[in-house]
Amino acid sequence: MLRLLSILAVLCLCIPAYATESSAIPKLDIGKGGECVKEPQWMRKNHMHLLTHQRDEVVHKGVRDDKISLKNCIECHASTKDDSVIARDDSFCVACHRYEAVKLDCFECHSGERKSAWLKRNSK
Amino acid sequence: MLTSVAALIVLAGLYSVHMMEEHGHIITGMNNQIVWGIPHVFAIFMIVAASGVLNVSSIGSVFNKPAYKARAPLAGLLSLAMLAGGLTVLMLDLGRPDRIIVAATNYNLTSVFAWNVLLYSAMFAAVVVYLWTMMEARMQPWSKHAGFVVFIWRFALTTGTGVIFSFLVARQAYGSAILPPMFIVISFAWGLAVFHIVQSAIYQWNGKMLDEYVQKRMKNLLGVFVVAALYFVVVYHLTNLYFARQVEFERFILADGGIYPLLFWAGYVVLGNLLPLLLIYLPGWGKTQHVAVASAMVILGGFAFLYVFIIGGQAFPLSIFPGFEVKSSFGDGVIGLYSPSLPEVLLGFGGVGIAFLITAVGIRVLNFVPREIPKKTL
Amino acid sequence: MSEINVQRRQFLKMSMGVAAVSIAPGIFLFDMAHGKADANKVRWGMLIETANCAEGCNDCVTACNTENGLSGGVSSTDSQWIRKIEIKDISTGRETSLPMMCQHCEHPPCVDVCPTGASFKRADGIVLVDKHLCIGCRYCMMACPYKARSFVHEPLQNQNPDVPRGRGTVESCTMCVHRIDQGQQPACAVACPNKSILFGNLNDPDSEIATRIRTVASAQVRADLGLNPGVRYQGL
Repeated sequence: MLRLLSILAVLCLCIPAYATESSAIPKLDIGKGGECVKEPQWMRKNHMHLLTHQRDEVVHKGVRDDKISLKNCIECHASTKDDSVIARDDSFCVACHRYEAVKLDCFECHSGERKSAWLKRNSK
Repeated sequence: MLTSVAALIVLAGLYSVHMMEEHGHIITGMNNQIVWGIPHVFAIFMIVAASGVLNVSSIGSVFNKPAYKARAPLAGLLSLAMLAGGLTVLMLDLGRPDRIIVAATNYNLTSVFAWNVLLYSAMFAAVVVYLWTMMEARMQPWSKHAGFVVFIWRFALTTGTGVIFSFLVARQAYGSAILPPMFIVISFAWGLAVFHIVQSAIYQWNGKMLDEYVQKRMKNLLGVFVVAALYFVVVYHLTNLYFARQVEFERFILADGGIYPLLFWAGYVVLGNLLPLLLIYLPGWGKTQHVAVASAMVILGGFAFLYVFIIGGQAFPLSIFPGFEVKSSFGDGVIGLYSPSLPEVLLGFGGVGIAFLITAVGIRVLNFVPREIPKKTL
Repeated sequence: MSEINVQRRQFLKMSMGVAAVSIAPGIFLFDMAHGKADANKVRWGMLIETANCAEGCNDCVTACNTENGLSGGVSSTDSQWIRKIEIKDISTGRETSLPMMCQHCEHPPCVDVCPTGASFKRADGIVLVDKHLCIGCRYCMMACPYKARSFVHEPLQNQNPDVPRGRGTVESCTMCVHRIDQGQQPACAVACPNKSILFGNLNDPDSEIATRIRTVASAQVRADLGLNPGVRYQGL
């Protein structure tokens, strides 16, 4: 019990130190990047709402707005090196979600790969 | 000691859930033909028995029998425990248990499952209130009302469980209106059997003897319930046997189907019905220990029955083209194969462990042990 | 709006709710299951000419697997969205070969039973699984009379960007909805070497499929169930 408490105490002390150390924005591979929907700060805050809205429109009504589709996001933001938004620790989606400790629940079903690259690889 | 064993079993169950999360359902025996397996046998047994065990309290509070009234709190606790255990198993077997919140926020009102989500949670609440009215002196006057609500609600609940199957037009084993009443009567038998076992265990550990009058009444009640349940099962199969289109299925489940007829006849009919009835009614028998053994047999028979009903019912191929011989790469026209794997069995036992833990802790912490009312008042 | 009005409205709402829950299931079931969908302009469907469907030919299945990124495995835990079935009439001995997949019913049992509404029917009649809502309970697989659905038993990788699929959810033929939305035909219809799969809009009287089903005899599988599938078979 005592040991547990002491571990907890040490952990508590560590948090502030850790927080100041990495308060900078995580370094991530933004792929081609650019600004096609809204400016980056807005997107950081709201991309999930856009994606959720878009997903219901597409799945249930078949209204496919290419501009805000997940596929289109991936097209630009996949790394230029490995064509993916999830392959590495500093990939576009992974780096931020890990930093914020938010579970990334898209890519168990969705491909994290740029479609053009997928097509090239799978048409062979 | 027993509690720590139960805790270990629960842990083992949780570990198998973790494995199923990691690897997917591939590590279970379930497949695209037999989509519900051992976890569902355990879960449905516990949910059905959870509803049936409340019969003990209903007889006390709704029908005013003092001998049962003294046992009502214990029955309520057992009901909560088994409901919790069964629902945990059901939830953790989902393909995406992490999304359970979706099930709580998106209701499809035509779905029997969605109704059951409501039925189960309301049942939980009703039983908690009922226990409160029984155990808190100031609330006693409400006890009868609460008991009545629970009485009605558990009929709805078991109907809901039966309806899960009776609303299925696709498979030949199901889709029959007799299933809900059958489940209700079966629940009486299983619930009372569970109650008997727990009661004799508690009395044994406390070195107490069960009052002879109470013992006799309760064992006779168990006998009646067992016979009534068997009656429904017989009618269900007789109906099927009479319909030409169902004869193939009955032949499979009662004669040719390998493990399923064996479990049905040896497990359900003999072990789950005939032997317990002998133990209960044979002159000179029917003592406490006989009834405890009989109850254990009824429970085992119950598992055998559900295995045949749920898994056997799915193993029989769908009749997509009646009157045709069918073959394909997807198991059309062939009997589905199923062999339960360790993780899913552990998951099922984990649920039982949860129920046991809740009961054990409940009895320890609160006053659930039946206190006999002196005989002359009976 | 006055406060009384608001209260009254809330009371009404609540009593409606209570009434709905109590009289309920039956009425809801009837209303929703046998839906009051307005006369839609589009209902996608297929007509399968079994006479031309060759025994042993698996081209539609292969095309489906490629298009949707299925492994093509045929073990009991592998997904099969479309499969070839060989049937033989027991009393006459006549043999037929045909593809079987989700029949895209007008009154789909899978949609009725789904607790979360993940199984749903699009306005154009295509029955789909919204995998964002699917919790993997497999009740729809119990309810489907055509054994059209598969459960994803293992984690997947390298999915087609157009066809998301993943572990722990149920899936079935989507009629290649991603192609239909772009004005293309389903992969199986394109791939069939004998042009046995005719895809089109059942509700457009001038479409080829509507003309054909008006003039030649065709049947639905398990028509006795009254589900009105969108896939019809000729020469069954």
